[in-house]
Formats: sequence, C-alpha cells, structure tokens
Amino acid sequence: MDGIVQLQRQLVDYNASLFHEGFLDDQFNQLQQLQDESNPDFVVEVVTLFFEDADRLLNELTKALGQPSIDFKRLDAHVHQLKGSSSSIGAQRVHRVCISFRNSCEEQNVEGCLKNLQQVKHEYSLVKSKLETLFRMEQQVLAAGGSVSR
Amino acid sequence: MAAPSSSNWVMESPHVPHVLAVDDNLIDRKLVEKLLRNSSCKVTTAENGPRALELLGLTSGGQNTMNGRSKVNLVITDYCMPGMTGYELLKKIKESSVMKEVPVVIMSSENIPTRINKCLEEGAQMFIQKPLKQSDVKKLTCQLMNCEI
Repeated sequence: MDGIVQLQRQLVDYNASLFHEGFLDDQFNQLQQLQDESNPDFVVEVVTLFFEDADRLLNELTKALGQPSIDFKRLDAHVHQLKGSSSSIGAQRVHRVCISFRNSCEEQNVEGCLKNLQQVKHEYSLVKSKLETLFRMEQQVLAAGGSVSR
Repeated sequence: MAAPSSSNWVMESPHVPHVLAVDDNLIDRKLVEKLLRNSSCKVTTAENGPRALELLGLTSGGQNTMNGRSKVNLVITDYCMPGMTGYELLKKIKESSVMKEVPVVIMSSENIPTRINKCLEEGAQMFIQKPLKQSDVKKLTCQLMNCEI
C-alpha cells in the first residue's frame, strides 16, 4: 500500500513540475479532463498523434531548410501546423518557439530559421521525453493497483 | 468569443445535435471531436473545405449524403486551411439555398479583428479562439440546444 502512495505522490509531483517549468500549460489540463471511462487512453492517444505529426513536420522543415533555394511559404505552412498542434496539446515551450519561427519565415531570415529549427527540435525532444516519463509513471501506478486522479 | 446576438440557430426539436467539424490538423480534429462528443453531439469530421461541401451535399451534381439519416445542425471550421479557407467554406454554405440556415462557427489560433469581423459579416454565428476548451464547446452547444446554463 505504501508503495502505491509513494508512486502516486511522485506522479503528482512530476506532473506539477512539468507545468511549473513551463513545458506544459493549461491546455494539457483540458486534455486530461477529457479523459474518461469511455476514452481512458485519450491523452496518450492525442499526444502520440502529436509526436507522429511533429516528427513528420520536423523532417519536412529540415529538408526544406536544406534546399538551395528556400521556399519560405512552404516552411511557414509546416511551422503553422506544428504551432497549432503544440498549442492544442499544451506543449507551451514548443508553441513559443514556433511563434518565433513564423516570424523568421515572414522575414525570410535564413539564419533565424535555422536557429529556430534547432530550438524547436530541442524543446520538442525535451517535452517528448518528459511526457513519455509521465505516461510511464502513470502505468506504474495503475499496474500497482492505484488510480490516476485527474 | 465574439458572437452577434441571434437566436435563429436553435434546433426545433430536442435531439442529438449533429456537428460537422472541419480542420486540416489531425490533432485539432481529434480534440474538437472529443469536446463535441463530451457535449453530447454526434460528430462528423472533414479535413478540408471541399470534403465538407461534399458531405453537406453542396458539390455540383452531388447528393446530400446526410439526407434521410441525420441533418447537420452546426458546422465548426478552422479558418486557416490550405486550398479553401474556413471563410471561403462559410461563404459557400451561406450562398447555398439548402444550407444557408445552418450555423457556422469559425475557429482560429490568431486573434485578428479584421478577420473576425469579416467572418461575422459573412454570417458566421461565432468566432472561437484556439486552442479549443471544454467551456467554449459547452457554451456553443448550449446555445444550439437553447438550454439555460
């Protein structure tokens, strides 16, 4: 019993830290509140979609910035998508970098875009690793017979 | 949210509202679908304007595929979509004789007053800022079903 309580406490603390450190914002709370008995894996499903979508978009962005002649409109379209999805799941830091990235695209600033791409890849890999840890901790609590409160 | 005062979009009889949600972003589609289902709506999603028009039976030579089964009570669409924007979709719906009474709600991540006004002038019922929250959708569906909060 002690084990479950400790796991639950660690989970609550970890969850809180992600918000505290700005990785996640209130929109992630919205997602968590949407999870219910009819859709017990909603958060994991949506976040997984986000990971797949982000991987694809980051690939496209890398390719687009590697072209001899950069298509800024196309670049902006991809960043817009990433900005939208990161905002919708509450990945605050990724969303913020996307805003800067869009500005760089608008200014057709190649150096700026390259820097923003590095930043967005960095923030994305951080939040991805943190969310994966969060989900793993939730699984541990559930496996130990505890419940994950929302 | 910005909305003109209007009560002409209340459904005649109490039944499950059928909402057509249009968005090119997969994550946003999944989110809006869940939000609407949580507000007791039946949901159909489309990933672009042309597909939405097809589902509404507004393409030339097309049939209203919803007919007989379940009429659409509300269209909620993203503004920024490649090809046909949400604004263009709104116009097409409002220009049609069959669908012009259907309320259309526009969503956008960008809060641009000229954009909002343009949509409201074209007949949009409401403009909602993304990211979408449960409270936004509850407000929307409550108006649709004319319930008192």
